[in-house]
Amino acid sequence: MNKEPADSTLSTGPDPARSSASLWKDAWRRLSRNRLGMLGLCVISVMVLLSLFTPWIAPYSYSAQDLDLGATAPSAAHWLGTDTFGRDLLTLILYGSRVSLAVGFLATAVALTIGVIWGTVSGYVGGRTDAVLMRTVDILYALPFTIFIILLMVMFGRNMLLLFMAIGAVEWLTMARIVRGQVLGIRRQEYIEAVIIMGLPRWLIMFRHVLPNVLGVIIIYTTLTIPNVILLESFLSFLGLGIQPPQSSWGLLISYGVETMEEYPWLLFFPAATLSLTLFSLNFLGDGLRDALDPRAATD
Amino acid sequence: MIEFILKRLLQAIPVLLIVVSASFFMIRLAPGDPFSQERALPTEVLKSLNTYYKLDQPLTVQYLDYLSNLLQGEFGPSFKYPGRTVTEIIGAGLPVTFELGAYAMLIALLLGISSGVIASLRPNTWQDYVPMSLAMIGICLPSYVLGPLLVLIIGIWLEWLPVSGWGYIPGDKILPSVTMGFVYAAYISRLSRGGMLEILNQDFIRTARAKGVSEGMIVLRHALRGGMQPVVSFMGPALAGLLGGSFVVETIFQIPGLGRYYVQAAFNRDYTLILGMTVFFATLIIAFNLLADIVAAWLNPRLRRGKTAGNG
Repeated sequence: MNKEPADSTLSTGPDPARSSASLWKDAWRRLSRNRLGMLGLCVISVMVLLSLFTPWIAPYSYSAQDLDLGATAPSAAHWLGTDTFGRDLLTLILYGSRVSLAVGFLATAVALTIGVIWGTVSGYVGGRTDAVLMRTVDILYALPFTIFIILLMVMFGRNMLLLFMAIGAVEWLTMARIVRGQVLGIRRQEYIEAVIIMGLPRWLIMFRHVLPNVLGVIIIYTTLTIPNVILLESFLSFLGLGIQPPQSSWGLLISYGVETMEEYPWLLFFPAATLSLTLFSLNFLGDGLRDALDPRAATD
Repeated sequence: MIEFILKRLLQAIPVLLIVVSASFFMIRLAPGDPFSQERALPTEVLKSLNTYYKLDQPLTVQYLDYLSNLLQGEFGPSFKYPGRTVTEIIGAGLPVTFELGAYAMLIALLLGISSGVIASLRPNTWQDYVPMSLAMIGICLPSYVLGPLLVLIIGIWLEWLPVSGWGYIPGDKILPSVTMGFVYAAYISRLSRGGMLEILNQDFIRTARAKGVSEGMIVLRHALRGGMQPVVSFMGPALAGLLGGSFVVETIFQIPGLGRYYVQAAFNRDYTLILGMTVFFATLIIAFNLLADIVAAWLNPRLRRGKTAGNG
């Protein structure tokens, strides 16, 4: 599908050391050719940097309010306008990004850890272990988790740590299934047979020799999980069941914006645009990564 | 086939039991109780309330009580709507949510399948890019963004359609249904494109083409049945999402359906109502997953043997 440049030595190379290095180089080259994917990567990187350095770059302090000023449209002093308390919207969105992105990345990390270990063990060990582990996933899949998360947030107070864990606990299921499917294929390969004969302990084979070869799929799916998690967080916050004031998040800002959208539409537009832009970027990046790391899936 | 259905039905029983038990104990073990208010109630009142709702009995007795009531279809009285049972409240909200969900699904299926099939016929041309870009927008515009934007632009600025209620003014059902259906249209569009592409590349389609079957007949008679498999297995999870969507859409458009009751019950800490609705939602979701699996097995006989649908 790609026109291979003449200098490329990567096409088939059975030499594992070489091919693993050039696999990533090759993937990067393919990704860098995907304009939407690269745009997504740039936007996300800027977002992450902005939210990391928010306390230093935010134009106003997070607690600053100016009740006399009230809600004003975007101006030179307040680029994105102010809300009904006279708070700078840009500052609110920046601080909201910290929370929303933190939930997105950390909850995905929770899902990633559980899902990858579960799927690898299930796929590699196989047999009865596999049956038990996957049956558990099947049963959990059938549970109405959105409703459980709401229940959890209502009953045990709406704190962030609980939110990470609850969302992570939902999202690992698909990861486990995907990883298991990949591991099943790799387990039958000859180089795995070779290390088994060499007498390596099972956990070492799993994590040194099997897992690195699933990494591509894991990266793709992780990129596509983050937007789902961000969506789930903002959904809960929108309903008033997620992040609580005085903390801020995109979902919370959108729900404030909805209350006053008739008079002050910018209070809805800018937080909504930030959320959608992030979701776009992550999805495009995920699609780009899929094309880059898994060329077989991209041929259609 | 019958064996397959029976097996899946039997598997649903432990799942349901887990749902009921987990929700029951989660609610009972959580800090705070339904009668803790800003103004403390007199102890006698509290005591009689606790007796009335049987909160003074041991937890295991309450649990077994609840289970046996459930088997008779009784969810018990609501804590915050005195004199109304949970069953009554669910009965009042269900038709509204069901209608909303049905319209949304109808929009999603019509829009999603047709655009997905059109895209799959000429991959990597504008005929593919336009619907797929729209689908990407649908996925990145969640209902709590799309809904308010539609309300603001179409309802308030252009004054074309009413912005709240359900069946009060003609046309007030349009915006909520579109808001709810759009994101599913996006997913279904992507799924049907993928499914169709896979089928259209197979040998039997090439054979049909070689025999001179028209393109329309190939799609309708030969490819659609197989190409729709991803959409069918998506329908189960879609229902779960639809219920979640109803929380948002019913709140935005002030529709008296199950979703709005659930969110209000969550805020009011109306324990029996939350518990009853959780169990009810769970049953619905499990039932629809089951149905999706059965339809998938009917479409693809290979799934009937061995593993459950959608597994690895």
